[in-house]
Amino acid sequence: MNTTTKAEKTEKFAEHLDQANIQGRGVSPLTKLDPNLTVREAYQVQLLTIQKQLEAGQKIVGKKIGLTSVAMQNLLGVDQPDYGHLLNGMVIENGEEISFHKVLQPKVEAEIAFVLKKDLAGPRVTEMDVLQATDYVLPALEIVDSRIADWNIKLQDTIADNASSGLYVLGGKPLSIDKLDLAQVGMVLYKNGEIMNTGVGAAALGHPATCVAWLANKLFEYGITLKAGEVILSGALSAAISGEPGDHFQARFAHLGEVNVRFSNKVDQ
Amino acid sequence: MSTVNYQSTAEFLHRAETEKKDVFRITADYPDMTIDDAYKIQEKLVAIKLGQGHRVIGPKMGLTSQAKMKQMNVEEPIYGYIFDYMVVPEGGALSMQELIHPKVEAEIAFVLGKDIEGPGMTGAQVLAATEYVVPALEIIDSRYENFKFTLPDVIADNASSSRVVIGNRVTDPAGLELDLVGVTLSINGEIKDFGAGAAVVGHPANSIAMLANMLARKGEKLKAGDVILSGAVTGAVMLSVGDTVSAKLDGLGEVSFKVIE
Repeated sequence: MNTTTKAEKTEKFAEHLDQANIQGRGVSPLTKLDPNLTVREAYQVQLLTIQKQLEAGQKIVGKKIGLTSVAMQNLLGVDQPDYGHLLNGMVIENGEEISFHKVLQPKVEAEIAFVLKKDLAGPRVTEMDVLQATDYVLPALEIVDSRIADWNIKLQDTIADNASSGLYVLGGKPLSIDKLDLAQVGMVLYKNGEIMNTGVGAAALGHPATCVAWLANKLFEYGITLKAGEVILSGALSAAISGEPGDHFQARFAHLGEVNVRFSNKVDQ
Repeated sequence: MSTVNYQSTAEFLHRAETEKKDVFRITADYPDMTIDDAYKIQEKLVAIKLGQGHRVIGPKMGLTSQAKMKQMNVEEPIYGYIFDYMVVPEGGALSMQELIHPKVEAEIAFVLGKDIEGPGMTGAQVLAATEYVVPALEIIDSRYENFKFTLPDVIADNASSSRVVIGNRVTDPAGLELDLVGVTLSINGEIKDFGAGAAVVGHPANSIAMLANMLARKGEKLKAGDVILSGAVTGAVMLSVGDTVSAKLDGLGEVSFKVIE
């Protein structure tokens, strides 16, 4: 395939995904349109989508790492995580309400968010580099969402779709990682006051800092550096739970505090 | 319909344990067996063990997770008793040939400083009466084929109790949020399962309170010095010879053992 058609394909796939936002419902998987879509091509679609949002006035405020649990990797038949971009339009304040028109088929995950005080440039970034570059950590809820109908995704689909990013909420208060063993931080996820599941930092690749190190090294392949001040969602500590209008979600973390969010009752606003 | 003979059923289950031979569930013969019947069989089983000179180190809670309660269609957990012969030293060896098909779970054990008597006991009162908490690994080994049992079966079988490894570092629970304690269960260095304390009926201390309230129905109480297993924070993982099993509990420390033939 020559360069022109490759660029056209990336453009076409980015527009296909954008149809989900325009129509307010999921679209068919990219891997149905092109079963041979590669991971690298999928990241090109993601980068183009982000580029369009930057042109529309959005700013990149961080990154997220997905597919960090053994269960999720098994589900998609992969052996490594993926990543997406966080934009300022995805930020929801702790305790705020989310209009349901902002989401398609949301699921909620509890994660540990890192905020960096130093740039992290791959390759060969280690967990210790990550800890040294970390300004503080926060408890977070990530509202993952898919532009692909019924979450019928393969690895390439979710990568092209910005790693199924939706919205995110940061809670607690900034906490230095001094004396914290992030791998052993316990977490309880509630929906409407009922415990949905529990988790621990180690659920994310054994240690949340391992996820951030993976990200820094992966981004090197694309010439990207993690910047001081960026927010990094390091990966889910337990299984994602589907959200419906009116649902309230809360996650309580050992040491870090709590974070909560509610989906609006009103479906069409 | 036949009437349950508590003593002979207890002897049947006791033989299954001592001969290491799994049996078909007893409710197949007694389909009308009630929870009360099952606890009466358990009492006889406990009496047999006491008669052989064994000592109870404390009761334990089972079926404390939402998932297990849903799976068994029950609204409250169950209890059984841990005996001195079941204790494997911290860092020690579990002998596979003494058991049928053991699984391991990570738990928080409570050691009481004062007696606790239900009914009406609450988690907060339990914490006040707790001298310390300790990391524990419980080895369950149902005497039933393929772990296939109904609720009365598992109650009669002393809640699948088999072995326990108690950590050797004790911690005052006053400074801990036990529902948020992160727990990982690893075999040969690989994490097999994980969870937080809230996986145990919302809070491990609530589990101990429920136990005190259940024991009150037969006029018993939890006693100072009892070592009580509050229920599994993680799922149960199958064991094989050669496994090195370890659990890490945030703020409480670690506990481990190895599996030998």
